[in-house]
Amino acid sequence: MPSEGDTALLQLDGVQVAYGAIEAVKGVDLMLFEGEMVCLIGANGAGKTTTLNAIAGTLPLAGGTIRYRGEDLARLPAHKRLKLGIALVPEGRGIFTRLTVEENLRMGAYIRKDADGVAADLARVFDMLPRIRERLHQVAGTLSGGEQQMLAIGRALLSRPRLLLLDEPSMGLAPLIVEKIFEVVQSVREEGVSILLVEQNANLALEFAQRGYVMESGRITLAGSGRELLENPAVRAAYLGESD
Amino acid sequence: METLLQQILNGLVVGSVYALVALGYTMVYGILGLINFAHGEVLMIGALSALTTITALMGVAPELPPLMLLGAGLLVAIPTCMTVAFLMERLAYRRLRGAPRLAPLITAIGVSFLLQTVAMIVWGRNYHTFPQLISTTPIQPIEGVFISPVQISIIVVSALLMFALVTLVNRTRLGRAMRATAENHRVAALMGVDVNRIIALTFVLGAALAAVAGVMFASNYGIAHYAMGFMPGLKAFTAAVLGGIGNLAGAMLGGIVLGLVEAVGAGYIEDFTFGFLNSSYQDIFAFVILGAVLIFRPTGLLGERVSDRA
Repeated sequence: MPSEGDTALLQLDGVQVAYGAIEAVKGVDLMLFEGEMVCLIGANGAGKTTTLNAIAGTLPLAGGTIRYRGEDLARLPAHKRLKLGIALVPEGRGIFTRLTVEENLRMGAYIRKDADGVAADLARVFDMLPRIRERLHQVAGTLSGGEQQMLAIGRALLSRPRLLLLDEPSMGLAPLIVEKIFEVVQSVREEGVSILLVEQNANLALEFAQRGYVMESGRITLAGSGRELLENPAVRAAYLGESD
Repeated sequence: METLLQQILNGLVVGSVYALVALGYTMVYGILGLINFAHGEVLMIGALSALTTITALMGVAPELPPLMLLGAGLLVAIPTCMTVAFLMERLAYRRLRGAPRLAPLITAIGVSFLLQTVAMIVWGRNYHTFPQLISTTPIQPIEGVFISPVQISIIVVSALLMFALVTLVNRTRLGRAMRATAENHRVAALMGVDVNRIIALTFVLGAALAAVAGVMFASNYGIAHYAMGFMPGLKAFTAAVLGGIGNLAGAMLGGIVLGLVEAVGAGYIEDFTFGFLNSSYQDIFAFVILGAVLIFRPTGLLGERVSDRA
């Protein structure tokens, strides 16, 4: 659990992101400590995905700072942030559909030179995702949505991230598959990878995460432990489908 | 029968050159969605810079064996073309990455004119004789069918280069990064790929092939000229579209098919039109094919996806 003196693994201060003249993120403060799983929930268009993309470096900041282990990321392009240990599983999975499953996984290990380590991590990913091993030489575009999501997570793990950013892993998937994916996410966390999870399925996200932030129209409106947010009447009314 | 065989052989020679140049078009299109109309000029710069090198060397050391001279010409032509392609991407196209698709297209035409004009200033307006370093004296493998050593070299060298490129793209870490980038720049960057470097590399690789194509083209016809890149450039573009632009195998197939159609067509056009048109009209075939492909099968022979980019 975080205490006052610790340096956060990830710290956002007043982060702003704009698409042209339209401000999508209007000043987000957020912290994540080593080993934590934190979720960011909110309605469609609240700016959750934009925030994740800014952390991963695929969108420029219009204001504020993003610090990772105390270092300001402003000048680092996306491909260098991965080397620091920040991996994003993008919304819609971002599978290379024309590459084979194996080639997708190898792309995940693109930055690594330690062939032995990659082989060991591949074996670990196969243990976690047995379906992926069966489809190794298949073109990735032929996988089902759930398999693609598994592949996207497995691919991100092959870069050996310290911080995994997950953007809507449940999107468009059947409940049974979603459950499996969250089991995988849980086991990744148990291996010591910190996770920032964006989800529309607030119930599920708050159940798994230790802490959560609620985002509305580009701003953080609520923060607390998963349990607190689950029990918060405003959250229940707005995101958990209850009216009272 | 001899005529047909002869024309097929001629077609293979020209087609190999088209295929090499078409690969450059198709690789750049695959990764950027850009038709780099200046690519034909790279072939011209390859031929002329090789010519300058060879002429200079012949002046200083006339006793050098011809193959060594040709090698030296290539050794200068390839890096020169790579540099030109690197600069055109860095200075012109990169700034237009996010621009509406017409802007880079017009720019490519502009770069083409620029390179031709610079070449005209450097090498003059005249036709230069390109030294025949590999013999063009035909041999007769079959009675009535002729092929020269330079033509054999063109086919062999092209095949080797195409094999090397396909291996690079399909079998190496770098090739995998190129294919990933072609599919999605943003996700490739998320994998740690320096997308700008991969794009620059794609231009440079295509230019190296065009440089070799330029030297072979000039060796075959014995002539080099500041505007010599235009026609083969346009033909190679046609070949890339014919095969399915963005598709490597398609570019190679398209090049060979186009070369064959042209050569066989040129051999028989007089018979077919009862003497109305002669073989100097052979360029018609390429552009009839281009038109027909665009109308009836815009995805080309091997292309499946219709891309929304121009």
